Amino acid sequence: MNENACTAALVEEEILLTDDMFVKDDSAYTDADKMTRPSLSYWQDAWRRFKENKLAMASAVILLVIILLAIFQPMFSQYEYDQTDYFAINQGPTAAHVFGTDELGRDIFTRCWMGARVSLSIALVVALLSGTIGILYGGIAGYFGGLADNIMMRFCELIASIPQMLWVVLLILVMKPGVFPIIIAIGATGWIGMARLFRGQVFSLKESEYVMASRTMGSGSLWIILKHMLPNAMSPIILSMANAIPGAIFSESFLSYIGLGVPLPTPSWGMLCSDGANKLLTYPYQLVFPALLICITMLCFNLMGDGLRDALDPRMRQ
Amino acid sequence: MLRYTVKRFLSMLLTLFLVATATFFLMHAIPGQPFEVTRETPESVKEAMMAKYGLDKPLFEQYLIYMKNLLHGDFGVSMKYKGQTVTGTVTSGMPASAVIGFGGVILGCLIGSVLGALAALKNKGFVDYFVIVLAILGVSVPNFVFASLIQRIFAVQWKLFPIQGWKGLSYAVLPILAATFTNIAHYARMLRTSMLDTMGQDYIATAKSKGLSQSEIVRKHMLRNSFLPLVTTLGPMLAGCLTGNFVIEKIFNVPGLGQSMILAIQNSDYTMIMGLTIIFSFISIIGYFLVDIVYGLVDPRIRIAG
Repeated sequence: MNENACTAALVEEEILLTDDMFVKDDSAYTDADKMTRPSLSYWQDAWRRFKENKLAMASAVILLVIILLAIFQPMFSQYEYDQTDYFAINQGPTAAHVFGTDELGRDIFTRCWMGARVSLSIALVVALLSGTIGILYGGIAGYFGGLADNIMMRFCELIASIPQMLWVVLLILVMKPGVFPIIIAIGATGWIGMARLFRGQVFSLKESEYVMASRTMGSGSLWIILKHMLPNAMSPIILSMANAIPGAIFSESFLSYIGLGVPLPTPSWGMLCSDGANKLLTYPYQLVFPALLICITMLCFNLMGDGLRDALDPRMRQ
Repeated sequence: MLRYTVKRFLSMLLTLFLVATATFFLMHAIPGQPFEVTRETPESVKEAMMAKYGLDKPLFEQYLIYMKNLLHGDFGVSMKYKGQTVTGTVTSGMPASAVIGFGGVILGCLIGSVLGALAALKNKGFVDYFVIVLAILGVSVPNFVFASLIQRIFAVQWKLFPIQGWKGLSYAVLPILAATFTNIAHYARMLRTSMLDTMGQDYIATAKSKGLSQSEIVRKHMLRNSFLPLVTTLGPMLAGCLTGNFVIEKIFNVPGLGQSMILAIQNSDYTMIMGLTIIFSFISIIGYFLVDIVYGLVDPRIRIAG
């Protein structure tokens, strides 16, 4: 006799399954694969984490207020930013002039918000410009690799080997001071960091399956870089851009300070501070208000940047 | 190590050459003629001036002459002040800039490292929050705001130190303090991050499991490895010391290199700007070179990769 037949006999004997041994559970069909938490995309998850960070949320709200004031205050102000009033020179803060007036009787409150327009737009455009150049440059270098990558990265090293501010000063001297030259000069020298960052990302993404799949289907290089690699490297890019904005505000105020800022009578935060610093001993409020605005803005950008970092890349949290 | 040093040295020479070339051609791309004055100048005078500075020659010939002069250590002369050479300006401005710069870096690095290390060891303690706040303030308050603030408090209101000038040791205190502030924030933040990073490494767990005391682990394993990233930033930092801190020198009216550069920019003294830019770049490039060598000495991994 063989064992199999034996076991079969045993099974037939012992197990008698009847309907009353089972309870029909309808919920199994409906609830088993039901998610207890809503499914979140990466960006929804990041937004949820960002919202929990009170400091970062408060900073974002303050920045929004500053941006709104910069847009609307000069429109509705009773003073023009370059309107002089020789009967109200160097007045401290009063009800008529909240931040006081300068040596030509111009309203510093209006000038501060007009300056915010100039400084913030310089900063935003610089961040976008240097970000775009950096992404294209780093993307191309990383994607093609080899000799092209070597030459392109050597060029970056060459630019990075002397302080950025020296290049900026030289470029502005070539173009003459103004809002546009400042943007070009800072943007044209500030993309190195972004290029290095994105190149590194492209290097690691190059070997991934979806890039290979896309290539098999005949996609062009630029398409792969922009459509497949860029979205996957988005969070370090956003962080780097968030850091570029306060950097550009710093650079602009530095340039105004050494006399290469925006031309008169356009105010910028750096220009206002530089004017105010000359009168620090006699009329300190003329430095205090614009300086305070710069500090608050920088503080908010930095805190928001930290919050973004924690939200986008929770591993980085410390 | 020798191979690595020679390779880095050659690439430094190439960088120096390329930067000098780029600066020369950028400066000559500035629109407008030099010696443009509001008063009517006879053509012959203009021509004589152009000939004196060699500006009547073709651009490429000027470039060759300029490079030849650079090789001989001649960085050019001022266009605005008679008899003032770039080299002379640098030698007279360097000491003041170096005192402020080195003072700021050394003090900042010391205080910052201690704060950063304490913050990391007592994670989430009082020092930790202090360092976090300080680091955020350090990157949010522009240095001219901080410098103006301490000038007003310590010099104007309390009259502890001179307001501005450069006539003795007491004149150096406030500028050094201003330069220290940003560095403290910078180094404290950096060392804190790097210490926290090191703490998670496997070799710390190994050290702990073989029974080393906490203080020995910190001294022998943690600090050594945590200081590595600091070394990379020292190059540009030290270069910044020698080239002067533009803003601080301007606020405290210190006759340093930064002040000379600002003056040259305001006077449109192009030959001076070009000479100073090239010297600043050279200092910075040499600084990077030295740091790479030091880094190769302290971290063998770099040597193999390079």
